[in-house]
Amino acid sequence: MSDQTTDGTRIELSNVSKRFGDRQVLDGVSLSVSPGETLALVGPSGGGKSTLLRCLNGLHEFDDGEIRVGRHVLQPRTKEANGAAARQVRRLLGMIFQDFQLFPHLTALQNVIEAPLHVLKLGRAVAVDRGRRLLRSVGLSDRADAYPRQLSGGQKQRVAIARALAMEPMGLLCDEITSSLDPELKNEVLGVLEKLKREGMTLLIVTHEIGFARRAADRVVVLADGKIIEEGPPQQVIDDPQTERTRLFLSRVLG
Amino acid sequence: MEEFWSRCRRLLPAAGALFLLAVFQPLAHAADSLVWAADAEGGAPYIFKDPDNPQRDIGFEVDLANALANQLGRTIEFKQYEYISLFLGLDRGDFDFAMNGLEVTSDRKGRYRFSRPYYIYKQQLVVRADEERFKTLEECKAADCVIGTLEETAAERLLDRLGVRKHRYQGQVEPYRDLQLARNVDGVLLDLPIALYHAKPNPKLKFAGEPRAKGYYAIAFSKHNESLAAEFDSALDRLLKNGELRRIYEKWQLWNDDQDELLLAQITDITSESSGPWPLARYFPLLAEAAWVTVAVTVLSFALAVVIALPIALSRMYGPAPLRWLALGHVEFFRGIPVLLLLVFLYFGLPSVSEHYALPLSLKLSAFQAAILGFGLNYSAYEAEIYRAGIGSIPRGQWEAAASLGMSSALTFRRIILPQALRTVLPPMTNDFVALFKDTSVVSVIAVVELTKEYSILAKNSGDYLGIGLATAALYLIMSVPLGYLSRYLERRWSKAIAA
Repeated sequence: MSDQTTDGTRIELSNVSKRFGDRQVLDGVSLSVSPGETLALVGPSGGGKSTLLRCLNGLHEFDDGEIRVGRHVLQPRTKEANGAAARQVRRLLGMIFQDFQLFPHLTALQNVIEAPLHVLKLGRAVAVDRGRRLLRSVGLSDRADAYPRQLSGGQKQRVAIARALAMEPMGLLCDEITSSLDPELKNEVLGVLEKLKREGMTLLIVTHEIGFARRAADRVVVLADGKIIEEGPPQQVIDDPQTERTRLFLSRVLG
Repeated sequence: MEEFWSRCRRLLPAAGALFLLAVFQPLAHAADSLVWAADAEGGAPYIFKDPDNPQRDIGFEVDLANALANQLGRTIEFKQYEYISLFLGLDRGDFDFAMNGLEVTSDRKGRYRFSRPYYIYKQQLVVRADEERFKTLEECKAADCVIGTLEETAAERLLDRLGVRKHRYQGQVEPYRDLQLARNVDGVLLDLPIALYHAKPNPKLKFAGEPRAKGYYAIAFSKHNESLAAEFDSALDRLLKNGELRRIYEKWQLWNDDQDELLLAQITDITSESSGPWPLARYFPLLAEAAWVTVAVTVLSFALAVVIALPIALSRMYGPAPLRWLALGHVEFFRGIPVLLLLVFLYFGLPSVSEHYALPLSLKLSAFQAAILGFGLNYSAYEAEIYRAGIGSIPRGQWEAAASLGMSSALTFRRIILPQALRTVLPPMTNDFVALFKDTSVVSVIAVVELTKEYSILAKNSGDYLGIGLATAALYLIMSVPLGYLSRYLERRWSKAIAA
């Protein structure tokens, strides 16, 4: 299977469906993301964007279809955390959450090196080295010993990004990571994402920042009622939407 | 309306009188019928539950009370009262008289009015059937053996006077039980009637030497009840002279030659030894030693509880169904039964379980072990629930964040969840620790003398309830107040650390 090397971190969703009770959250979603691509997932609340991301790294199970990340395949109806495939996928795709979810009992640096130490089993010196380098790259070299409660929201989110990067993933799943930040703090986080894009990281970004999506995304996907209703380059989807639903959504978001 | 209120006013005094009558009715009732207090718990042959009909109390003192009621032409009602509190009950006026094998002693004589003696007892030493080291108390002392006895009795005083090591009990069944199990004691010294009923029929025990140290049983009254006491004196005199008393004792096989002296016996025969007020220096070392027992029981049983509780909480939260049910059962059981019941069962009940089923391992626990196990199990139920709440309070997002970093559930629990949960459970656990510290006062039921028990013993012996009480309270506070501060300090500190 020679395509594995070239196809390294291609992400493929085929016909993925999921329901919560009698609500169809994802309804036959098929999507393909190339290595190094930046994809913005937009759409109305409850449209299934976050669920899609969470299915992608095995935090949710799904009912139908198939998810392929590189050569690892997630099957429907398998218990999330226990699947060996899910663990492999998580090594390839880091995840950043809207509410940061830093470990409050650990300092910024300890947050970053926790998984490298205990999952990758790196030596402490190597891990600390990596941690400091990553904190520097997100502009927080001076806050390494601060506890999460001593950091601003933007700083917390940048620590969370450094923490995900410490596992050396091929891609990052970003779930509305600027939604709980003040406007002036959003930019410091978005700046970090643009830098990662330039370095070739695959990014799946669920966002309401339409301006950012237009500037940074290679492709925009509009998800509503569990279906992809429109996708394409940002100029096309954002500036010249083809469906009424997308136009309505954009007019609400852009005000 | 006007008329209604005036009628109410007229009715009010009548209603008040009715109310008073209802409240004081029991007292009014007590005026014709006399109330007799004794302890029927394991009280053979004095007063105890009829094995054939546990509704009924029997014993030679029940027969004597009936005979006295006949002589006096009044009814006598029995009231159950803790043996060691009988004299306190007299002080409080809870009943008219106490008759329960009460020994006339010099210090009691000064404080209470005793009737003429109704029985002459001696002390009988009982040992295990295979005992060969000693036959008398003096030999026992030389062999450094421990003798069990009932607290607040002449037997205890005799042991003290001879300087024999002793172990105090609150009931008269338990010392023989421990003796048979070779636990705590090498012999038991108690009044002959007790020995006759509880030790004589037991093939594993034997009498050692002759009974000694004669004393009197008499009925105790309050000092202010001279007229009633005098009536009893003459009634007893009549029972003695008409041979009825002898018939009662013969029925219970308690008659012996000693009783011939009853006619002449006077409580003034008991010589008076003065006991002045007790200085602090005399009792404080005893209190401090008991405080140490309290601390040891608290710390060890809490450590046990905290260790058992974690796997219980984890089983309840994450275990497969059968394990989850077992853990829930553990919590509900040990939270639902009184710790007193648990202690009594572990100490007195377990040995008979191993005996009954001929188990190869002996379930005979020392009192100290039983106390630690009992409280450890009891508190493990509470601590498990605290762990459960603490672990449950960690947001789901923390599990997800760790999972997204490739951490396994076990690693996440150990490195991320538990350290945070410990911070939230620490304050409520400190609270429980302080509560346990005070709860340990119930271990006295299994013959562990901790602080409260020592207070009760010392206060009864000296009559100084206030002074020794204040010293005891001070000891408790010296230990518990800093703990309370520590708890609040930790609460402030950790809750700040968690607020993200």
